[in-house]
Amino acid sequence: MAEPETLAALVARALADVAASASVAALEEVRVHLLGKKGQLTERLKALGALPPSERPIAGQRINEAKGEIIAALEQRRATLEAVALDAALAAGRIDVSLPGRGQSSGTMHPVTRTRLRIERIFAQAGFEVATGPEVEDDFHNFEALNIPRNHPARAMHDTFYFADGRLLRTHTSPVQIRALSVRSPPLAIIAPGRVYRNDSDMTHTPMFHQVEGLVVGEQVSFANLKSMLHSFVERFFERSLGMRLRPSYFPFTEPSAEVDIECVFCRGGGCRVCKQTGWLEILGCGMVHPNVLGAVGIDAERWQGYAFGMGIERLAMLRYGVDDLRLFFENDLQFLKQFP
Amino acid sequence: MKITQHWLEEFTPGAATPAELAAQLTLAGLEVEALDPAAPAFTGVVVGEVLACARHPNAERLSLCEVTTDGADRLQIVCGAPNVRAGLKVAVAKIGARLPGEIAIKRAKLRGIESQGMICSARELGIGSEHDGILELPPDFAIGRDVRAALDLDDTVIEVNATPNRGDCMSVFGIARDHAAARRRRLHYAAKPVPAAHADAIGVELAAPEACPVFAGRLIRGLRAGAPTPLWLRERLRRVGINPISPIVDVTNYVMIESGQPMHAYDAARVAAPITVRFATAGEPLELLNGTTLALTADCLVIADANGPVGLAGIMGGSASAIGDGTLDVFLEAAHFAPQAIAGRARRLGLLTDAAQRFERGVDPQLPRRAIERATALLIEICGGRPGPLTEARSAAFAGAQPRVRLRRRRLERLLGTTVPDEEVREFLGAIGDRVEELGEGWEIGVPSHRFDLAIEADLVEEVARLRGFDRIPEHPAIAPQLAGDASEQRAPAERALAVLIDRGYHEAITYSFVDPAIQQALFPAQAALALANPISAELAEMRVSLWPGLLQAGRENARRQQSRMRLVEMGRKFLLDAGALQEIDTIAGLASGARWPEQWGIGRDPVDFYDVKGDVDAVLALTGDAGSIRYEPAGLECLHPGRSARLWRGEHAIGWLGELHPRLAKQFGWVSAPWLFEIETELGLLSKIPQYKAISVFPRLRRDLAVVVDESVSAAQLREAVASSASGLLTEFVVFDVYRGPGIDSGRKSIALGLILQDSSRTLTDVDADAVITAVVARLRDVFSATIRDQ
Repeated sequence: MAEPETLAALVARALADVAASASVAALEEVRVHLLGKKGQLTERLKALGALPPSERPIAGQRINEAKGEIIAALEQRRATLEAVALDAALAAGRIDVSLPGRGQSSGTMHPVTRTRLRIERIFAQAGFEVATGPEVEDDFHNFEALNIPRNHPARAMHDTFYFADGRLLRTHTSPVQIRALSVRSPPLAIIAPGRVYRNDSDMTHTPMFHQVEGLVVGEQVSFANLKSMLHSFVERFFERSLGMRLRPSYFPFTEPSAEVDIECVFCRGGGCRVCKQTGWLEILGCGMVHPNVLGAVGIDAERWQGYAFGMGIERLAMLRYGVDDLRLFFENDLQFLKQFP
Repeated sequence: MKITQHWLEEFTPGAATPAELAAQLTLAGLEVEALDPAAPAFTGVVVGEVLACARHPNAERLSLCEVTTDGADRLQIVCGAPNVRAGLKVAVAKIGARLPGEIAIKRAKLRGIESQGMICSARELGIGSEHDGILELPPDFAIGRDVRAALDLDDTVIEVNATPNRGDCMSVFGIARDHAAARRRRLHYAAKPVPAAHADAIGVELAAPEACPVFAGRLIRGLRAGAPTPLWLRERLRRVGINPISPIVDVTNYVMIESGQPMHAYDAARVAAPITVRFATAGEPLELLNGTTLALTADCLVIADANGPVGLAGIMGGSASAIGDGTLDVFLEAAHFAPQAIAGRARRLGLLTDAAQRFERGVDPQLPRRAIERATALLIEICGGRPGPLTEARSAAFAGAQPRVRLRRRRLERLLGTTVPDEEVREFLGAIGDRVEELGEGWEIGVPSHRFDLAIEADLVEEVARLRGFDRIPEHPAIAPQLAGDASEQRAPAERALAVLIDRGYHEAITYSFVDPAIQQALFPAQAALALANPISAELAEMRVSLWPGLLQAGRENARRQQSRMRLVEMGRKFLLDAGALQEIDTIAGLASGARWPEQWGIGRDPVDFYDVKGDVDAVLALTGDAGSIRYEPAGLECLHPGRSARLWRGEHAIGWLGELHPRLAKQFGWVSAPWLFEIETELGLLSKIPQYKAISVFPRLRRDLAVVVDESVSAAQLREAVASSASGLLTEFVVFDVYRGPGIDSGRKSIALGLILQDSSRTLTDVDADAVITAVVARLRDVFSATIRDQ
């Protein structure tokens, strides 16, 4: 019969087994073999009872020290094995993060709408409210009340679409001025965006386009206020400081009237193809509301005065986004639309 | 209109460069649209005289000329022009000259003979298009003088866009007058009366004195036939874009451009005196200069002689009395026609002549007399002839008072938002008005007869601001009353609805509001549409009754551009005619076609179906917080697939449609597979419920699933309603999580799997409670729908 194994040898063999365990499961087997109910070390503890009482404490202490040493080794090894297993799992779980995400793609907002909403936001923050009016208008609102009587040469500036009954498609958003003034009392500040129509179609004209009308009426609303509002608008719109000039012009419904030019946003006023070498871009028309317009809606022009302006949304969108052909806005080519998130 | 800088400077001398002048005009309200040199650049061309001219020995059509360019030299020049002849003054491009088009003149041999330069045509100098001969210079041109200087070619053509209110600026003189006022300069103008050489005149009766209050005329006898219009006059007309025709026509055109007064010349031999200015009688015929014959209407003003109308007043002359090559005696007309008597007629008749454009804007009634004098002087200088007395018929009533307009200092300041010093106001008013009078509160001016646009105080405010410069008005932010803005929750904003669809993959389109009637009527045969009286084309002739025609068209065009998957949305109005009454209805509409998902890995290529688009529509309607009130009911719309379309209802209001384009129409419009279409009327469709908080139950929820087998005809909505009504108020959520047809289910029936989520607000539900609900639900479904319950 072989000499019984010394405790030291058992510990040494146990530590070797622990170190040799290649997996968490193998390590568990080693633990059970040593420390389970019938494990070798457990057996040795049970065998303490057979020793004379005077030897028991020392022998017991030695076995417990051995047990402690083995448990520590087991735990350390388990941690190591788990870390290795996790690394392996992580390595196996690697995915290609460059593959496209799943689901619907986002659509796009039309650049005219995008521009309109920006214009509305800028003016809303200055206290303007959005007003609307019909697109099929009558002669009174589109012309007469705006101081453009029948046969007035200014009608030549509007190639008007008519219906058989004499109604027409509004040629500008200005009739909304009349409608707003008919139902509200000054002071007021409104903008009226919308579709307008002119019977004209070529490189630079489409039979339908969009305008934003602005109207402010108060007791002290002045030309100086108009200039200030428009200058701050264009600088907010283009997000930079820009030179602006007003040129005297003519609209039957404003007096004085002006065309507004801004410093060319492409060449910064140096002269380029877009501004036809002038350094200026015409972007809108404006003026002080004509007393006849106020009179047409029963407002006392001695007490109330105001300014009005009108701008083409497509024009602003073209300058902002570098679109060089007006017609693109209405061709609805997805290759165009998709460029405006 | 076009003018030239040198012409302008005859009236208001200045030293500005063309660009400076353009800026000055533009900033005073006369927008300069283009600046062009009167002639392209060239050098080395001088006035020469042909001393001798012989046939080229080797060429039949060439001449061999001896030309002097300084009186001493004798240049031998070969010339191919038929009109070259001895004694002629010509433009000679000497050796070393550079002509337009990078042409350098060198010593050259033509058919064996050396040519020491070139005799130029107008076209070769870039000042004309005729090429039937060399340019014949006037005999009084000094030999050796640079042709650019001799012909004043270093002039600039200025194209001015005079606004419709400024009839007074439709002439060189008018622009000069305004320019002088803005620059505070003097205006030079002198017209010398031409004395009469005989006493004959043609009598004029003003039978419509309000329409024509002034008519100046003059009979000139014995014109020399065949006299050419002088080069300087032709050159000026060329620069302003008018073709020279004959001396009489050229002179009347010249005077019109210069003074602004349209004129007409009659062949006096073809006019049967007296002349009457009257309104036409309806149906009266008149053959015009352009060859067309009009049946006149009673609102047309005519010039008539004893035999009938000889001209359409202020618009175009008649052919019967037209001048021609044989005209010896001419009767000149310069009249004042009131804008109201001319406006609208010319456009209506398609005769927007230079004269009509001026008269409808307003021509100074003081001009006729001056214009006649100027034209007479020019004409007799060119063609000789003996002028009769200048006669002027003038309505006694017209002499009337000059209108006066007042400008209050306070008003000027309040409108402009800045103070203009009194002396400046006085100066500008003095420059534009007659007899400026100082008042305590401001000023009053007499409106000069050429200004048809000055009637009220605001007009004078504009004059002061304009002439002083808009740039001198400061920018002051307004001080506005502070009023709270709008943030209504009554209706979900249309932009928000648009954003939902964009986030779900739709691209916003904007299509025309007018559509092709053929397409629209194929889609909506029962809906009356508003037709344009003057459409831009037959394809854009009718107002849309739906956004679908435009979207379908946009979709088709994208399909043609190889886009196979499309999601388009548009926000805009449709125009419905309902028993003759027009309704403009704000609508959001969409089109979906192609695959359900954008092409990607890991997802199949199933086509988009009803429920995909319904999901999109539901997402929009969910914004209202009131999705429960929306019903989809099968409904027939001619253009949709009868079995795959629904009308959307909200209470008793129809708010939209959803469905597949009818296969017949899909085929007709060229779709490979029919697209899905939807439409929501936003006014009712987006009406919102303001959320009202309900206490959150703290008690747990129980779920019970049921698979019920029902007839195909039973809808999910019916099941839902039945379940909710029999769940004793405990149903908090209801989901349909499967629909199955196939083995195990009789044909004509379907199995629908329902998930019922139950919860009470005051206690914890037990299985007993849940079982009771299920028992009641099952009993109800059995009773109402003959449902059977599938084994779990």
